[in-house]
Amino acid sequence: MKRWIMGAAGVLLLAVIGVGAWLFVPARAPQVVPAQAQADAAKLHDPALIERGAYLAKLGDCAACHTTRGGAPYAGGRPLTTPFGEVSAPNITPDAATGIGAWHFADFWRALHEGIGRHGQPLYPVFSYTSFTKVSRDDALALFAYLKSLPPVQQPARAPELQFPYSVRQGLVAWRALYFQPGEYQPDPKQSPEWNRGAYLVEGLGHCNECHTTRNAFGAMDEERRLAGGQIPAQSWYAPDLSMQPGGGLAGWSQQEIVALLKTGTSTKGSAFGPMADVVRLSTQHMNDADLAAVAVYLQSLPPRQPVAAAPVVRASDHAHGGELYAKRCADCHGDNGQGVAGTYPPLDDNTSVTEPTGINAVRSVLLGGFAPATAGNPQPYSMPPFAQSLSDTEVAAVVNYVRQSWGNHAAPVAAGDVSRLRHTPVD
Amino acid sequence: MKLYNDGMNPHDFVRETTRAAAALFAFGAANALYAAAVPTVPDTMQQRVAACASCHGAHGEGLPGDVKIPRLAGKPAAYLLQQLQSFQDGRRHHAPMEYVVRQLSPAYLQQIADYFSAQQVPFHPQPVPATSADALRRGEQLVHHGDPARGIPSCESCHGSTLTGVQPLMPGLTGLSYAYIQAQLDAWRTHQRSSDGPGCMTVVANRMTVGDVTAVSAWLASQPPPANPHPLPASAQTEPLPGWCVVGNEEARR
Ligand code: HEC
Ligand code: HEC
Ligand code: HEC
Ligand code: HEC
Ligand code: HEC
Repeated sequence: MKRWIMGAAGVLLLAVIGVGAWLFVPARAPQVVPAQAQADAAKLHDPALIERGAYLAKLGDCAACHTTRGGAPYAGGRPLTTPFGEVSAPNITPDAATGIGAWHFADFWRALHEGIGRHGQPLYPVFSYTSFTKVSRDDALALFAYLKSLPPVQQPARAPELQFPYSVRQGLVAWRALYFQPGEYQPDPKQSPEWNRGAYLVEGLGHCNECHTTRNAFGAMDEERRLAGGQIPAQSWYAPDLSMQPGGGLAGWSQQEIVALLKTGTSTKGSAFGPMADVVRLSTQHMNDADLAAVAVYLQSLPPRQPVAAAPVVRASDHAHGGELYAKRCADCHGDNGQGVAGTYPPLDDNTSVTEPTGINAVRSVLLGGFAPATAGNPQPYSMPPFAQSLSDTEVAAVVNYVRQSWGNHAAPVAAGDVSRLRHTPVD
Repeated sequence: MKLYNDGMNPHDFVRETTRAAAALFAFGAANALYAAAVPTVPDTMQQRVAACASCHGAHGEGLPGDVKIPRLAGKPAAYLLQQLQSFQDGRRHHAPMEYVVRQLSPAYLQQIADYFSAQQVPFHPQPVPATSADALRRGEQLVHHGDPARGIPSCESCHGSTLTGVQPLMPGLTGLSYAYIQAQLDAWRTHQRSSDGPGCMTVVANRMTVGDVTAVSAWLASQPPPANPHPLPASAQTEPLPGWCVVGNEEARR
């Protein structure tokens, strides 16, 4: 499950301000010109538009949140865990009573673009409208046409289970005033069309920021550090920095390697796991080659990052202990020097998932093992055994610190206590 | 590289040959080094499913001792596939299993199920739990005759007269540990396992008492491995299943 940080208003005070704001600022009804509404409605049955909408829905990964495990696609019900409680994604199949069957395009546009529900209520930003607001009106219409073409499924939405004051929806009014600026993507005329397409996908529909950017205590993204990496709270995974420039999380990656990772789930630099494996399997593997290339071009343009301060080095005896474990348990697959086997086993040397600042990803990889996602480009991925049963907290920390501080890696060590905590983190 | 040609003086020839030998040697040495550093990975299913083997045994033979991890080898492929999908879709629960199968496609799951189904490996003898003779008699009774008064059909009537399962979806009850059998019956009683919608084992297990669960688990775990471990063909299921038993995931899948 995607456990998202949820940007709800953080304190009671904000909720109070919110209620005040709600009392005094009347909710706007969508302003639609009737002729425009008719023109939109007429287009909804166009098979080409529906097909484009199906593709865009993959890029937006709408099904990932709006489908419960084992449930009908887009029929909702999946609880999304946030530090403030759970919000379930609603049914967006065209069922009149429980889905979007009775919606007009103006309602849908307002939800996607402004994060406002059909009854004028502000929506919780666990729904990634903070990114989707950049989606163009044409693309939104295609998405709507596609959703309207799905078989309707009757499945009522589940009420959010949030702690007070986050449970007060109107508290979001204040949060939105502080942290949310609706607005379609504006192309940068100084950049190529390809770069602009990439920016639109990364910052908008693909909502990469929702995971790859650090959030503040109120669950809002730090605008200064877009795509510079962030821990996904309540979920305990770290989505690394996506800069490909010196000091960046993907320094040394070529555009080809980015494309390989997003398309197949694996690359010579590393493979996708945890929430990124879901993203690849459900979304990016379905991107066409032009869009994949555009994403890589855009990531290539992210700025270089400040080098991080030198990390403390573990005791020599601990390093040696980790090295013994590595030779016995890991080297068969990842190689004596952490070089991996291209296309089969990811390298651990110079791998951003190994060296990301928190160490969470490496610890959880060792505890959980698993397969890279099975994709059209890599239909039979190889696997890593979980070591949760066979290695103690101290041993996991030792071997993780060994790989974090060997070869070209110089990342800060993790403690056995971190391992113990991460052992009990839910996997879904 | 030129090894020899007309007009080459002997000195040149020696030099060229030495060079060639040195180059060959260097190439060979580099190769040997490369081979030592880069593992060669067998392109086999066995290598791919190393994760599964770490819990279920190298060939899915299960683990010795009274553990809750089941054997996979030789079970009907359709049953294995159904169960793998149940872990993906949240009808069965075991966090590490759920994580490990999460990223796999239906086609790959099918190949993995076929692979484990085709493994032929001997059974581990199961440790016999300390159980009273009365309990073992009760267990045996349930297996062969069920308990008509409480509406429990015999285990045999569904799991096959040899208890080795019936193709395509009925698993065997042989070679399973006490801990595993008991955990599964408990899981149905607490609705933690529901791979077949409302039918079959949910009904059977909920008609049993706690004592019945212990008794039948103990009796099954104390049986010697069957001479022929293969599941019976589908034709062995001559009696129709009770109306409340819907085999497969159809119901749960809508
Ligand atoms: C990260 C998870 C996530 C993703 C990705 C996501 N949604 Fe949602 N969506 C939600 C949640 C949660 C809500 C409910 C928010 C609330 O209750 O305030 C929601 C609400 C909505 C609503 C309003 C429905 C209603 O009944 O009020 C629409 C429409 C919608 N999403 C469409 C989409 C589309 C289209 C996409 C893909 C482009 C998408 N969503 C992607 C989680 C997600
Ligand atoms: C649901 C959260 C989430 C979203 C959305 C997401 N990512 Fe990630 N991403 C992660 C996590 C967690 C990791 C670290 C695990 C890994 O390396 O696979 C990661 C890793 C990566 C990596 C490095 C992979 C490696 O092997 O080191 C790349 C490249 C990447 N993401 C690109 C993207 C792009 C491009 C998008 C938007 C289309 C995106 N991600 C959206 C969570 C996310
Ligand atoms: C049987 C082969 C095998 C063994 C043994 C193995 N791994 Fe892995 N490892 C893999 C595979 C395959 C992946 C990719 C999994 C994925 O993408 O989910 C992986 C991924 C990783 C990752 C995440 C890197 C990335 O980019 O995906 C780390 C960290 C890691 N392994 C560390 C270790 C350590 C430490 C050990 C020893 C304790 C170990 N591995 C043993 C096969 C193995
Ligand atoms: C961390 C240990 C672990 C790993 C790794 C693991 N399993 Fe399991 N598996 C279990 C446990 C424990 C159960 C029993 C769960 C329960 O109580 O329902 C199980 C149950 C199963 C079952 C159900 C068997 C039956 O008779 O009903 C199948 C099938 C299965 N695993 C296949 C696999 C496959 C295939 C893989 C690799 C992709 C795998 N497992 C990896 C521990 C593991
Ligand atoms: C009406 C038919 C039926 C009867 C009677 C029945 N079973 Fe089952 N049993 C099934 C089916 C179908 C499955 C597999 C599907 C599932 O997961 O529910 C199964 C699965 C099992 C499993 C799980 C095996 C594994 O590998 O995970 C156990 C244990 C089990 N049954 C025990 C028993 C016992 C003990 C009895 C007698 C008291 C019994 N069953 C009677 C139909 C039956």
